[in-house]
Formats: sequence, structure tokens, C-alpha cells
Amino acid sequence: MSKPLIRIEGISKQFTGRDGAVTTVFEDLHFSVNPGEFVCLIGHSGCGKTTILNVLSGLDQTSSGYVFVGDREVNGPSLDRAVIFQSHALMPWLTVMGNIAFAVSSRWPEWNKEKIRAHCQQYIDLVNLTGSEKKRPSELSGGMKQRVGIARALSIQPKMLLMDEPFSALDALTRGVLQEEVLRICAETRQTVFMITHDVDEAILLADKIVLMTNGPHAKIAEIVVNTMPRSRTRHDLHKHPHYYRIRNHLIDFLVDRSKAFASDSPDYDPRHPPLVTPGLDPGEVVAAETPKPPPGKPLVAVVK
Amino acid sequence: MNRLLSWRAPLLSLIIFAMGIGIWHALTLPKTSVQTVDSEYAALVGKAAATGQKSTFPTPADFGKKIWQHLNEPFYDRGPNDKGIGIQLGYSIGRVLIGYLLAALVAVPLGFLIGMSPTVYRALDPFIQVLKPISPLAWMPLALFTLKDSAVSAIFVIFICSVWPMLINTAFGVASVRREWLNVARTLEVGSMRTAFRVILPAAAPTIMTGMRISISIAWLVIVAAEMLVGGTGIGYFVWNEWNNLSITNILTAILAIGLVGMLLDLMMAKLTKLVTFTE
Repeated sequence: MSKPLIRIEGISKQFTGRDGAVTTVFEDLHFSVNPGEFVCLIGHSGCGKTTILNVLSGLDQTSSGYVFVGDREVNGPSLDRAVIFQSHALMPWLTVMGNIAFAVSSRWPEWNKEKIRAHCQQYIDLVNLTGSEKKRPSELSGGMKQRVGIARALSIQPKMLLMDEPFSALDALTRGVLQEEVLRICAETRQTVFMITHDVDEAILLADKIVLMTNGPHAKIAEIVVNTMPRSRTRHDLHKHPHYYRIRNHLIDFLVDRSKAFASDSPDYDPRHPPLVTPGLDPGEVVAAETPKPPPGKPLVAVVK
Repeated sequence: MNRLLSWRAPLLSLIIFAMGIGIWHALTLPKTSVQTVDSEYAALVGKAAATGQKSTFPTPADFGKKIWQHLNEPFYDRGPNDKGIGIQLGYSIGRVLIGYLLAALVAVPLGFLIGMSPTVYRALDPFIQVLKPISPLAWMPLALFTLKDSAVSAIFVIFICSVWPMLINTAFGVASVRREWLNVARTLEVGSMRTAFRVILPAAAPTIMTGMRISISIAWLVIVAAEMLVGGTGIGYFVWNEWNNLSITNILTAILAIGLVGMLLDLMMAKLTKLVTFTE
């Protein structure tokens, strides 16, 4: 197994409220992200998902614990980790090209204008925005704005992409299209991604590993679900795979019931090594890197609790 | 609907204008009743005025003639008390621009610093709140006493009245730049100078320009009063001088000119504001 790109060791975050009371949002989180991996984090609101992402990006600090990128500890924002913000955070006074060029010229200050332009164009084409280079964000739809956000993040060629519920502000149709684009781009570039979401289907479609968090305060990582479906999955055939409903039911079951009362139902829980589960597989089946597609005509098995 | 509006509004403006002139004309018509006046008084003030045949307030026709006269010869200079209205306006505009630009040079960078630091913002706020409502003319004696020069004092008064709106708006604009834009800059490891010029300045520019637009209007309001006090040159002095000459037509012309120049200054600033405004 390759060396993890990002390692999180025992981070926790405390806020002091207005009345002086200290609230622990999450505590003692341990997990890691390997190069080329797509990791999703799911949890209810209030478990500190966005704080975790801000800590990974370096925009926020933890109260205790460490975050390592490679061998170095994170102590501030870095061009190694690009962030795609939920609210796209485009600068309205710049054009599409200008927004991306701002990022590119920050990454490579020595580049001349022509080189920057050509580089930006490549990423504008990648997210299918060719022809909209000179438009301003106010002239774009929500989905197009988020495409610019994705292009801006990818254009600096980061080691890691951090996404904070990037599609939650979009309508269902646009969301589906953009999810497929992200899937395609990640397959093309082998980009390492850490994404926060509250959409179970989005996580199953995109993620290799899904980190499940219990409810806050004192949120913990309950378990890490390994997505055993082939990476070649698409939005159209996803639900036909036998693992799909098993994983989906497992996730929903967790979010609805187990996320609340997690601490009580697992006495031998070790926060340093949250259990790695494979709900897609039958008991005893081993994890295959690429699970072959089921033969046609095989009845689909759905585990419904 | 829009096409209707496009000619209805100007037509209405024209009607209101014509009515205003008509009422003015009617009010200043020569009185028909013949009055008996003291012959010595008549000799002193002129026969027409003494008999009340002609109104003492100028008629629209007198006013029109005066404007025509000024337009024909706006820049004449016949000594310190008799200069063309163009020259006087030029002096006023010059003073306003010098005071205003000096104020901008101080207020925009200072406002930037205040806006960047919440501590400085709060520390300087009481001073700004006290100094802001002071009438700029109240500074005049102090300026004359310390600067010992009436021309410099007038510029100082313009400076002090235009500095506050620019300072407050710049600080407010800089302080309320959206956090997410700053976060974008932070994640891109953009240096503080580049962030200031490429992110904060364009984000705050519309608010800064609004402050500058308010300032130029106030500066133009204040210059008339300041020049009345300081004397010598300028449109404010012209108005006061013509009051001493009892030339109401000249005063009316000056009032119109002040209004037109003020409007032009505001239009210019509105155009500039539009250049830096963005829609989200």
C-alpha cells in the first residue's frame, strides 16, 4: 500500500461559546487519504465537517492533534491543497478567465501572460466552459459558476483537492451532470480528493472510501466504508450493481439510527483505527481492487433492515 | 411603455420649466399703478424704480440677457473685483480639486488600514464619530490662525470636509470584503500586498467610490461658503461681491452656474463609480 498523502492524527476542535462554556465539536479523529484516492466524509450538520475541511486546507486550526501532508505538518494554507468552496467564491469583478488566471499566476508568478492564458484555457476546456472565457460570474448559472470553481482549483495542479459540499447549492439535474464531470476528471487526472457531502448517493458514486461521522458535539469517526464497486461506475448503471443497495442501506441506516447512539453500541471501539467495513460484500468475501461486474440476469440482492 | 416614457418625462420637465419661468415673469411684471414719490428719492434711485414701474427683482428676460453676457465673455479680468464668472468658477473648482485630492490621498490609504484591522477600527471610531459631524466652516478660524493664509485655509476646509465620507466608506468597504474571497487568496498563498490590490481593493472599490462621490458633493457645497468668508477669488466670493453690488441677476447667474458645476462633478463621479461596480 502506498504512503498516505494526508494523515490526520487525533485532531479535535473546541469552541468557547458566548457564555464561556466550551463545546467540543469533534475529538480524536484519525484517518488518512492515499494518493489517487477519493474520500468522502458524511455526517449530520453540527459534527464539524466544514471545520475538518478548513483544518485540512489550513484555513482553520485544530485545538489539538496534527495534520500531515506527506511528511510535513500543515500549519497554513498551501497551493498543494486546492479548495472548492460550497459558495464557489468566484470574484465577481473578474471574468471566468480572470478568475482562473488569478490562481494560475499565484501558483507560477514567473509565467508570462501568454503561458498563463494557454494554461487557463486548457482547464476551461476541461470543465466544458469553452466559449464563456470572457463572461463574468454574474452572467453564469450556478452550475457553470461551480465549474469555474473546479477549473480554478484544478488549474494550480494541487496534490489534493478539497471540496466542501460543492454541489449542494445546485439543482438535482445540474448536480448529476457535474458529479459525472468530476468522476471523469478524477479518472483522467488521478486526482486525490477529499470531499464533504451529506448526499449518500453522491458519496457512493464518487468515493473510494466513505468516512462516517457520529453526531456532534463530541463527534467521532464511527467507521470507514470501503466502496467495493468498480471505479468505472456511472450514474446510469450505479443502482444496477449488487453492492449498491447494500452500501446505500448501510449508510442510510447509519445516518438515521446509529450516528446518534454510536458510542454505546461498540465497546471495543478504538478511535486510532476506526473499523474499515465493506457492506457491499457478503460476509467472508475479500476486498478486490476492481470487483467485476455481475453477470447479466443475476437477481439483485438488496439487504433491507 | 418605455417609448412613451422616453418622451413624456422630458416633455413634463419642459412644461414645469415653462411654468416656473411664467410664474416668475408674472410676479416681476411692472406695476401699473402710478405712485407719487419724493422727487429727491426718485433722483437718487432712478425714476423707474422709484415709481415702482419696474420690479426690483430681475425678470426672466433680464436674467437671460445677463447669462448671455456672461457666456459671451466668461473669462474677462478687469481687476480684483471684476472678473468673469468662468475665472471665478475655475478658482473654486481648482480649490475643490486640490483639497479633495489631498483628502483622497490621506483617506483612502488610511481607511484601508483601518478596515484591515478591527482593533484600529474600534480604536479610531470615537475620534471619527466626533470629528465627522463638525461643520467644516467651524474649522475656518482655527485654520486661519494656524496656517495664516486664507487660500491655504480654504483648501484645508475642503480637505477636512471631504476626508470623512471617504475615510468611513473605505474602512467599511475594506472591512466588509467577503471572507470567502480572502480565503481564496489565502489558499492560493497570495501575498498581503497582492491580496490588498487584487482582492480587497476591487472588492471594496464600489463602496470607496460611493464615499468619494459623497465627498465631492459636500466639497462643492462647502467651497461657496468658505470663499464667502475668505474672499478674494472664487464663485463664493463672486456671489458675496455681487450681493454688495446688489446685482441680483449676477447672483442668480452664479447660483445657476454652481448648480450646473455641482451636477457635472456628481455625474463624473457616477460614471467612475460605474466603472468599478460589479454585479454578484
